[in-house]
Amino acid sequence: MSAPAAIPASRRGPIARALGRFVTNRMALLGLTVFIVILMAILSYPLWWAYTPNQIDLRALNKGPSASHWFGTDGVGRDVFARLMQGGRISLLVAVTSVAVSLVIGFLVGAVSSFSGRVVDGAIMRLVDLAMTLPPVILLLVLASIVGTGIVPTIAVISLLSWPVLSRMVRARLLELRERDFVVAARGMGAGMGHLLFRHGLPNCIDILVVYATLQIANAILLEAGLSFLGLGIAPPEASWGNMLNAARSTSVLEQYVWQWMFPGGALVTTVLAINFVGDGLRDAFDPRSDLQ
Amino acid sequence: MEEPLLSVRGLTKHFKPAGFSRGAVVRALEDVSFDVPRGKVVGLVGESGSGKTTIGRSVLRLVEPTSGEVRFNGIDLTKLSAAEMRRQRKSMQYIFQDPFASLSPRMTIGQILTEGLEIQRVGTRQERTQRAKAALEAVDLPADAFERYAHEFSGGQRQRIGIARSLALEPQLIVADEPASALDVSIQAQIVNLLRDLQIRLGLTMLFISHDLAVVEYICDTVIVLYLGRIMELAPSEQLYADPRHPYTRALLSAIPNPDPTKCRTRQILKGDIPSPANPPSGCVFRTRCPYAVERCAGVVPPLEEVSPGHFKACIRHEVSG
Repeated sequence: MSAPAAIPASRRGPIARALGRFVTNRMALLGLTVFIVILMAILSYPLWWAYTPNQIDLRALNKGPSASHWFGTDGVGRDVFARLMQGGRISLLVAVTSVAVSLVIGFLVGAVSSFSGRVVDGAIMRLVDLAMTLPPVILLLVLASIVGTGIVPTIAVISLLSWPVLSRMVRARLLELRERDFVVAARGMGAGMGHLLFRHGLPNCIDILVVYATLQIANAILLEAGLSFLGLGIAPPEASWGNMLNAARSTSVLEQYVWQWMFPGGALVTTVLAINFVGDGLRDAFDPRSDLQ
Repeated sequence: MEEPLLSVRGLTKHFKPAGFSRGAVVRALEDVSFDVPRGKVVGLVGESGSGKTTIGRSVLRLVEPTSGEVRFNGIDLTKLSAAEMRRQRKSMQYIFQDPFASLSPRMTIGQILTEGLEIQRVGTRQERTQRAKAALEAVDLPADAFERYAHEFSGGQRQRIGIARSLALEPQLIVADEPASALDVSIQAQIVNLLRDLQIRLGLTMLFISHDLAVVEYICDTVIVLYLGRIMELAPSEQLYADPRHPYTRALLSAIPNPDPTKCRTRQILKGDIPSPANPPSGCVFRTRCPYAVERCAGVVPPLEEVSPGHFKACIRHEVSG
């Protein structure tokens, strides 16, 4: 055969098998490809694009797409394509960082909760319930008005909002794991909390974490856009997809300068959709029942 | 007399209902005492729910006993702090019943076998690998198993891996919790023989939990018969099988299938099920199913009495049990 390195499926570890299933999922691969293209463009745009995001061209106000300004210009003559790329950087930076923060918080809270006694566990979970019952938009607005605008406050607000669900999932998995014989065996060999958590807990939660992280990145991009649209996220002149939409929300712009909101909107939808496909693919790939196929 | 390796005194375990619910306390173990001498195998037999596994796990403090003493090398394990207990765990290992649940699906066999050595910080990485490989050899598995995952092995092979894991730490005491009963009959014999060989060769001390009386007779020096978390009879294995004194033991022994069809046997069938440990009968817990029960049996908890050297029984009906 053409692939001499191919290992029979049964010889590989569980993660390798999950990835093997992932690459057979067409929609997920398509999502991944689109996302990688967007990511590459966003990261490399200063190398091949003539304009910078805040460069003002007074001869070209509200100009439509042309050879020099592919996606047109906005009301003060800034290049929409450059702002779109820079906005993508900010949006993805905010999304990835806030998801990373909420992964750490969610995992640790879930872990503490599952390994501690009834009282602590109960107290933490009631707190999590409370955090989940609060209407997210209102909480978001209150938090945002407390911490203010800018990249770091936005990251803080989004991460504070998204860990509770994850901590519940992690806790449920760890509670189940705690009674499993191989974990009891590790305890029987004298394993401490650190060993149990990082040698058994974390590897057996990896499916939850990966799937949650992917889907949550899409969610965080939308949250950031929402916050910025309301003027509570990333403040101009810094670009983000959300505040580009915000800047274009007057009726005249909506009707006459379509490119000013269509491109950021399109980029937002495409990216979120692509990431969601990847997340769905990963979820299916990690589903133990798909082993049977 | 030499001090026994393991000495259990008055071990009691009550499971309390979770949370605020007011369910009854489950009395899984009630005042269990026995010794496991060095280099010997002590068997625990009984029906499901008789507390065999709870004893095994309480002895290693995988379940915290409610009261009682567990002396290991003279040290009372129940009084040790968590850190002191962790050090002791090096010398005592558990073999699980279900070989499919007891091996992590995310670790290679090598990682599984070196896990205990790593936890106990034994030697360098190379020494640990060497010891794990030696353990693998001791259970007759090929060395190339080291890089593979548990799901690539059959039940019998997995159980061998489980045994190798407990051997890797070179423990003094092994608690084997029905190590063969989750396996095919043909494989059961292999695993039991393997344990027997290892026990003799390495001079292991073992607490062997089983509901298979034939296996227990084969492998154990002393047998403890449990019923509803209490010891009914404790005797050297030949004596127990030749001359059972407790009505419950007699009923159990009469239920062993005999492959010889010409032999006539009288089977003594116990009526009903084992009572709920949440609401055990007063006095002798076996009286509800005992063919010889009299009124007196409900009044007193029968003490464990020595009927001949090393042979104890908990029954007050001396005229029938002898």
